[in-house]
Amino acid sequence: MFPTPIERAPRATRFTYRAALYVSLAVWLLPMAGVALTSVRSIDDLNRGNLWGWPSEFRLVENYTAVFADTRMAQFILNSVLITVPAVAGAVALACMAGFALAKFRFRGNLALFVIFIAGNLVPFQILMIPVRNLTIEIGIYDTRWALILFHAAFQTGFCTLFMRNFIKQLPDDMLDAARNDGLSEFQIFRHIVLPLVRPAIAAIAALTFTFVWNDYFWSLVLVQSDDVRPLTAGLQSLRGMWLASWHLISAGSIVAAIPPVLIFFFMQQHFIAGLTSGTPND
Amino acid sequence: MTGASAPGSSSSISAWWWRHQRTLTPLILLAPACLLFAIFVIIPIGMSLSLSLYDWDGVGPKTWVGFGNFAELFGDPVFFTALKNNLLWLLIYLAAPMLGLLLALFLNQGVRGIRPIRALFLMPFVVSQVVIGLIFAWFLNPEFGLLNPLLAKLGLGPVAPLENERWAILAVIAAGLWPQTAYCMVLYLTGLTGMRPELIESARLDGARDHTLLWHVVLPQLRPVTFIAAMVCVVSALRSFDLVMIMTAGGPYNSTNVLAYYMYEQTFLSLRYGYAAAIAAVLFGLMACCVAFFLWRLLARERG
Repeated sequence: MFPTPIERAPRATRFTYRAALYVSLAVWLLPMAGVALTSVRSIDDLNRGNLWGWPSEFRLVENYTAVFADTRMAQFILNSVLITVPAVAGAVALACMAGFALAKFRFRGNLALFVIFIAGNLVPFQILMIPVRNLTIEIGIYDTRWALILFHAAFQTGFCTLFMRNFIKQLPDDMLDAARNDGLSEFQIFRHIVLPLVRPAIAAIAALTFTFVWNDYFWSLVLVQSDDVRPLTAGLQSLRGMWLASWHLISAGSIVAAIPPVLIFFFMQQHFIAGLTSGTPND
Repeated sequence: MTGASAPGSSSSISAWWWRHQRTLTPLILLAPACLLFAIFVIIPIGMSLSLSLYDWDGVGPKTWVGFGNFAELFGDPVFFTALKNNLLWLLIYLAAPMLGLLLALFLNQGVRGIRPIRALFLMPFVVSQVVIGLIFAWFLNPEFGLLNPLLAKLGLGPVAPLENERWAILAVIAAGLWPQTAYCMVLYLTGLTGMRPELIESARLDGARDHTLLWHVVLPQLRPVTFIAAMVCVVSALRSFDLVMIMTAGGPYNSTNVLAYYMYEQTFLSLRYGYAAAIAAVLFGLMACCVAFFLWRLLARERG
């Protein structure tokens, strides 16, 4: 293990290390702690400049109620869910199918397709803005949730396919051949052997893609414009015009926006990190 | 008759299918993904590149201008500011792998409760850039921000970095460096856990000090991780848009403009679709150069 395990160090060093851990964590998350604290303050505290001190009164319930009661925050959250869940499901489903095809079948253009999926995912996606926006206008889905669902499903398919292909490639060929000799068709092999075995990969890729799509801001700005379909990220920014210097409300809104991906992350931590580090050779 | 021929033909279809299913299955499985990816990603790249050769207001007819848009870019000071900012962004983001490595070395200990601590360090990466941008915009706000009271306690004067033409871009990039470093940290932590312990232990027995070890044993083993981390940083530096939009909207006086944001402005504020496409094409070219560089390094290393 590197660096030298701290257990081998004298007691004082171990104690110092633990203290350093907590201090550095506190500094690292200081901006977030500041936002969390401000989200429960009263406007008086902000006006008086009491930004770092103890809040003069706790307005947790009032502030968060205000966020939901005075704005369409609930609608934005619903929109984000209705966009993110189908987009992730679509991308993962397409990627499982494509990943199996690319991993376990030999045909001309296999590698080329794989490279295209990777390269397409690396492009600065802003280059897609004008054509994709025009496309959604032409087929009549501009300013609907479908525009975002279809685009995200398509774009995330690139990364998801790369991930699923590499995972499925590790499954032993002998196992699939044995199933073939037992008379299973390729689709049955996919459905009854491959899919159950790649469940951990599906969890990893779903958790990660959920975060990417949920946190998207650019496409929410480009492909939709009305509050009825706008997801949380774009909604939050639009509320800023209304809230102006009511930073306690902006803070509460930010916390609300951050909670779903943070929950996904903490509940699926191992999967999430496995997905994040999938490009590195050690897993 | 018909009743007799129907099952006959269907069984010949299934026989035909059974003979060819090994070739047809991958095609059927690939078709939906390829179709969607082509429609929304691959074809639009080509459309954008070709649009960069036209003048277009988004509604009326397109006018062919050849490389006119690109010629105009060369005389456009805002374009050069945006380009310069993108390159600066890229350069500063390359600090993220280094900072991430330091953080990973610091956190790579098996002490009790280290897992949740590592997870908390990754938090900035998990939340949206919109939230990061809002946090920092407010953090740096001269009237209501958290920074100035903090500086005042240290006896330092009030600052307003986001309103300063010289400092604003650095403040925006710094906000982005925070989640980026967290990401690189996770990559390196995984790399460090996966390293071969026997190499390190034997070097230790030979009396190697930690910094020698780091340089000669650990870093070479981490090279693939460094490669991925650098590539991820380059990609996100070139895509940077959210933080600019949220924190400064390109201002003051375009000093924080980046190519992605300038393209967005030219499309929706100036309705110059062709010019915007030309900016996007430059961005695409930059990315292509970086990818080519990475591939070249990868091949060069594999050859030896």
